[in-house]
Amino acid sequence: MNTLNSYPAHWQRHSSARRLASFMGYLALVSLFVYCWQLMTADTMWVFVLDAPQAAQDLASRAWPPRWSYMERLWSPLWDTLNIATLGTLLGIVLAVPMAFLAARNTSPIPWLTRPLALVIIVASRSINSLIWALLLVSILGPGLLAGILAIALRSIGFIGKLLYEAIEEVDQKQVEAIRATGASGLQVLNYAIVPQVLPSFLSISVFRWDINIRESTILGLVGAGGIGAQLMASMNVLAWPQVTLIVLVILLTVVFSEWVSAKVRRAII
Amino acid sequence: MLQVKALNKRFASTHAVKEVSLEIAKGEMVGVIGSSGAGKSTMLRLLNRLIEPSSGQVIFDGRDITALKGKELRHWRAQCAMIFQQFNLVPRLDVLTNVLLGRVSYNPTLPMMIRHFSASDRALAAQALERVNLLPQALQRADTLSGGQQQRVAIARALIQQPQIILADEPIASLDPRNAQMVMDSLREINQRDGLTVLCNLHTLDTAKHYCDRIVAMQHGAVVFNGSPEQLDSKTIRAIYGGQSDAQDLIEGITSTSLTAKVAVPA
Ligand SMILES: Nc1ncnc2c1ncn2[C@@H]1O[C@H](COP(=O)(O)OP(=O)(O)OP(=O)(O)O)[C@@H](O)[C@H]1O
Ligand SMILES: [Mg+2]
Repeated sequence: MNTLNSYPAHWQRHSSARRLASFMGYLALVSLFVYCWQLMTADTMWVFVLDAPQAAQDLASRAWPPRWSYMERLWSPLWDTLNIATLGTLLGIVLAVPMAFLAARNTSPIPWLTRPLALVIIVASRSINSLIWALLLVSILGPGLLAGILAIALRSIGFIGKLLYEAIEEVDQKQVEAIRATGASGLQVLNYAIVPQVLPSFLSISVFRWDINIRESTILGLVGAGGIGAQLMASMNVLAWPQVTLIVLVILLTVVFSEWVSAKVRRAII
Repeated sequence: MLQVKALNKRFASTHAVKEVSLEIAKGEMVGVIGSSGAGKSTMLRLLNRLIEPSSGQVIFDGRDITALKGKELRHWRAQCAMIFQQFNLVPRLDVLTNVLLGRVSYNPTLPMMIRHFSASDRALAAQALERVNLLPQALQRADTLSGGQQQRVAIARALIQQPQIILADEPIASLDPRNAQMVMDSLREINQRDGLTVLCNLHTLDTAKHYCDRIVAMQHGAVVFNGSPEQLDSKTIRAIYGGQSDAQDLIEGITSTSLTAKVAVPA
């Protein structure tokens, strides 16, 4: 039987095995850091690094002031960028919502079949960056907005699908049981017990993804998928630094604006 | 009449309901008692088939409930409305809509997707709310109500299912004595005025004795007592709640949240 005497005299938070393990963990982390440092310095040409402050100053002096007059050529690609992000997000939502319901353990209609299927789609979409989706799509569809919109949509399926299906799996089962007990059909249970519960998360996930998509769509132009990134690429290619400055400023403002909108909307929901 | 015949439910490691046989006449109010884990909730859920029995039968007015499928099964669930310990309302919807959820199964799925209810359904809901004295709160969000009010909304939701039976799973376990009494009073009133059969899991013994025509006691999944409140003597009670030598303390513990001090348990 356990008596007070059978406890050790000194209290220790972790057993010695546990402490050894965590020490080994630290050791591994430090070794990794040292190794990475060596790797980084091996391929660095220190002449260029030492030169960096001067090079940066030089670039800055050539890039300033921004070429404000270039703005009139930016409105249209900026508008394209917003449209790519927004339409891409909407399309992503349309595709992600069914995926989420198919993937969630508690709503999947034929769990052994539909769950893995939906999960594969979600993982595939998540593991490929928008830029790579755009590269693929540009080579299939040719350059333009459509490739951008689809790239954003394809990437968003995974993000929205995953977060939404997790929200669905976390719904309060008591409400589900209560609606089922009234004799409601499966779809009715979905509509009355599950949808009201996941609606706030759904809205906040969607707005959050829209905000991310604004950022992502500003670079899609680099690979020809439309938007302001194309202007950035072109200006850099001809070393038109004052234009680059202006574009970077415009991108910055757009991103700040989208984050502000997204924060506002999410606060309103919660 | 509701007949339960040799009903069994096994979960992976527990035999939650064992060979339960019961007959409940129309209009009876039956209290089911038993200590925690005795299988009361499981038994209730077997009756409306929220869970499937392992074996045995449930028969209602000659119809084999255990064999029902699809639409017929859903119709049966509408016929035996359920009330839960935690009320189980949809907190984000208003009170009226929560009550209207009791009508969902009577309507085709599609119009229901946009939460459109007919005028007659709305009238029924209003009447039911009136009956539990909550009409003024109809448009409030359900989570703004007190526990006792929420349980009365749940009763209204059950009422507009126009059921034959009400299954109540510890309806007053989360309520203070005053609200508990209100809820039990309305269940009894519904039972007597509308002639609905009420089957009610309770964990306070004298609530069961005070309100019910008959008491069924369960222990380890089996029915160990089935009779009128008067027949339930202290020896039986001791057996039901574990048969410890100090069962008197236990019984006082069980009855301490009692609604009526009148019915004392003899030592
Ligand atoms: N879904 C389930 N899976 C596995 N075991 C379960 C499940 N539901 C209930 N049980 C088990 O069945 C037994 C009876 O549970 P039940 O909830 O019916 O008891 P109860 O009499 O309602 O108890 P309480 O008074 O605590 O509500 C318990 O041992 C419980 O652990
Ligand atoms: Mg229970």
